[in-house]
Amino acid sequence: MADPEAPTVDGASRPLSPHLQIYRLTLTMAMSIAHRLTGAALYFGMVLVAWWLIAVAAGPNAYAGLAWFMGSLFGRLILFGYTWALLHHLLGGIRHLIWDTLHGLEPVERERLAAATLVGSIGLTIVIWGIGYLVMGGSR
Amino acid sequence: MNTPHRIVTPMRRVRGLGAARSGTRDFWHQRVTAVAGIPLTIAFMIIVIALMGRGHAAVAQILGSPLVAVVMLLFIVNTAYHMWIGMQEIILDYVHDDRLKLPSLMANTFFVFAVAFASAFAVLKLSFGV
Ligand code: HEM
Repeated sequence: MADPEAPTVDGASRPLSPHLQIYRLTLTMAMSIAHRLTGAALYFGMVLVAWWLIAVAAGPNAYAGLAWFMGSLFGRLILFGYTWALLHHLLGGIRHLIWDTLHGLEPVERERLAAATLVGSIGLTIVIWGIGYLVMGGSR
Repeated sequence: MNTPHRIVTPMRRVRGLGAARSGTRDFWHQRVTAVAGIPLTIAFMIIVIALMGRGHAAVAQILGSPLVAVVMLLFIVNTAYHMWIGMQEIILDYVHDDRLKLPSLMANTFFVFAVAFASAFAVLKLSFGV
């Protein structure tokens, strides 16, 4: 964007677009923010992935420490949040890619896509954890 | 109209190639890594779920098996590049002072390399079984 402070040809200062806080919060806007927040959370979450792989490579003792932490209530909460963030960002990313092809941008479509992201990510998280507990018998 | 005015158009930004001096390349690579990330992330989730709750020996063996190891390495490299671009975009959106911007961009690079190399090294070590 051009510098908003720059004078126009007739010397008048340019009008500024409304500030972020002046907009009414919409679902698409909230999902956009959520995409950025989950992206940032996953960014730091990659430390967990590295920790997991290093622990396995380091041997049974290191792995036991990690398994204990991930099995604790706090560890499970982190993993549950990580599952949701990953699914939400994945679905949100697909939505972004659809929008990049100029599809799904009509008012009703884009609301539906945004809602689908939220419902889909929460639903899939519950399904995955349900499978984890029911089929695989929780922590083995 | 004959006094010199400063008229800033988007062209100026294009000439300077944006805040990171790299034009639309990052935007495009963000999309490429996003597309590649769809199957890789699904595969990663399946691998993690399949390994959940297993003992160390089984986890080490499965993670080190060629197919799983290659998928994990692709996931690690693709995600590393994707999140490097993504965090750079976030930094450029919020940090405008060069004294903070440049160290933040550097920290992003260091973080991504550290995480990616640690992860990749662990997978390779499991594969080659040393
Ligand atoms: C652990 C894996 C991942 C991490 C750490 C990650 C991280 C990030 C970060 C930090 C951003 C920048 C957010 C922003 O600019 O608002 C981002 C953006 C993005 N991500 Fe991911 N991501 C991951 C997986 C995925 C996957 C699997 C997809 C597949 C669809 C994806 C699609 C996207 C897209 C399309 C954007 C750009 C959004 C925009 O331009 O606003 N990401 N990601």
